[in-house]
Amino acid sequence: MRLERRHETSRAALVLAPIGAVAFTMVVSALLVLWAGAPVGRTYALLLQGGFGSVFAWSETLTRAIPLILTGLAATVAFKARLFNIGAEGQLFAGALAAVAVGGMHGGTGFELSPWVLFPLMMLAAAVAGALLLLGPALMKNKLGVDEVVTTLLINFIVLLGVSALLDGPMKDPTAMGWPQSVSLQSDLELGKLIAQTRVHTGLLWAVSLAVIVWAIFKYTVLGFDIRAVGANARAAAFAGVPVTRTVVMVALLSGALAGLAGAIEVAGRTSYVTLDMSPGYGYTGIVIAMLAGLHPLGVIAAGVFVAGVLVGADTMSRAVGVPTYIADVIVAASLIAVLVATLLTQYRVRMTK
Amino acid sequence: MTDLLDILSNPAFWVAVLRIATPLILGTLGVLLCERAGVLNLGIEGIMVAGAFTGWLAVYAGAPLWVGVGVAALTGMVFGLLHAFLTVGLALSQHVSGLGITLLATALSYFGYRVSFPKVNTPPTITPFAPMDWLPVPILNAQTALTLFALLLVPAVGWVLYRTPLGLALRMVGENPQAAESQGVSVAATRTSAIVAGSALMGMAGSFLTLSAFNAFFFNMVNGRGWICVALVVFASWRPGKALLGALLFAFFDALQLRLQQSGDAVLPYQLYLMLPYLLSILALVLVARKASYPQALMKPYRKGER
Repeated sequence: MRLERRHETSRAALVLAPIGAVAFTMVVSALLVLWAGAPVGRTYALLLQGGFGSVFAWSETLTRAIPLILTGLAATVAFKARLFNIGAEGQLFAGALAAVAVGGMHGGTGFELSPWVLFPLMMLAAAVAGALLLLGPALMKNKLGVDEVVTTLLINFIVLLGVSALLDGPMKDPTAMGWPQSVSLQSDLELGKLIAQTRVHTGLLWAVSLAVIVWAIFKYTVLGFDIRAVGANARAAAFAGVPVTRTVVMVALLSGALAGLAGAIEVAGRTSYVTLDMSPGYGYTGIVIAMLAGLHPLGVIAAGVFVAGVLVGADTMSRAVGVPTYIADVIVAASLIAVLVATLLTQYRVRMTK
Repeated sequence: MTDLLDILSNPAFWVAVLRIATPLILGTLGVLLCERAGVLNLGIEGIMVAGAFTGWLAVYAGAPLWVGVGVAALTGMVFGLLHAFLTVGLALSQHVSGLGITLLATALSYFGYRVSFPKVNTPPTITPFAPMDWLPVPILNAQTALTLFALLLVPAVGWVLYRTPLGLALRMVGENPQAAESQGVSVAATRTSAIVAGSALMGMAGSFLTLSAFNAFFFNMVNGRGWICVALVVFASWRPGKALLGALLFAFFDALQLRLQQSGDAVLPYQLYLMLPYLLSILALVLVARKASYPQALMKPYRKGER
């Protein structure tokens, strides 16, 4: 088997490849539905309906999409520069914790600040917390050659244990009846609802705006150019005068900050406090979303909404026909692999030898 | 201080060290085989989950324990074949392919578990491997045969790598695939075999958890052990002997933190002890990184005729 580069790739193929790959995944996943003993058509119909079939379904899907878009952006920024940031999960928790530390812990210690000051401070703290968490692995990669995948992965475990220790100790909410749960944010720091009577909050506007900002950075700034150059070939970029270390540092700060903001926005918009189960792996799902979107910041919005819909729809479907919700994770993971293959086929043709 | 001496002089502690080390030895050897052939396999975390699940399921369904281990190895091979297809056949990013396989294998295992046991709250149990109490060697006779197998595998892998033509070919495709190809070695076939064999070991590493260390399948039971194996391979400079040493050292600290945690007079929150293994892994990576002699072609896809 050998691969030959195609001379040109049509725009339509680039858009259709991920869609076709996801459709293919759904067909293969039907085998799992059959294994679970449920009717395939009805199961998928319920899944789509649960994710996208009503105003309520859409509101739940969009709510779930907010952290996913942000972690998807975090992965996109990093992956563009070939910094494999697998630590968005830990960065998200660090951001959430920082947000609560600024917006929930200060009461009673004497300083009372207006929410107009406190809210930006809270978001800044979350972004800085996430950014600093990725800076170490990025520098270790750049200066020492330590693979950042393993370090960022291991740091996730460390952060989660740290969060657990803090929720048992200094940051524990004394009124939470013994549950490991942090103190709550001041209510005037919480994000407003986007649609009344639902859970969708204005964090959606944050997520979409940040996607547009990241897109603009890639398209119109020198930093964006440098990031793409470092991602394409770091050695050639250095030779061409691109400040590689500075670019890697900027990428780490930007990517980590986005994941940190995901945590803060989740706290301010949805939970108002930190618990250990506030993220069912948003950091890891963000990687899939970035790949589904072909590392395009605006595509991340679409991919984030799609994945959120599948996850939300699976809950409804599972209650109705009893297929385990894990089928959503299977579909998401298999889509990742299928999209990788499909995208490759838009660039290469496979020729069988011998 | 006396506490520490008490812990270290207790044979039960060393029994625990060897038990904790076993899945790490198997997993690290698996990663080592893949990387020596030039391919990173981040699928290990998910392959261990899948091996733990399928091995246990087979035994639960009535298969003998060793058949369960074989089923786990076979599961690993299937995912290894997928990883080989994506990274060797299609030359896709080894990072992304491995992560995709981890997500897929984990999700499939959890799905399979829930389909097989829809309304079960306490995980069903099996009768796991029994300790080899007939063995006249202390500490080792408190272990199961799977641990002995893992220990014997270390020299076996070393022998294959350094003393056989197969091992030479494998190391060559990891260092200089062009040269290997010009010597008539098929890079694709050698890399695929190495990934499949390595992934089989990863599956077996997972099955140790459900068939020997515990007697049931739990969610999150692998809990980062796979990633630690990836770190251990760097620590071991891609050498089987050092991999054994690394796994034992690592298990030593892990067992120690468990004891310190249980000794009652722990002053620190228990989570800080649990962090130790991960902190140690990162420390090991940093310390070894400078002189690490990576296989030269690691993570570099090879396309015939391209340079």
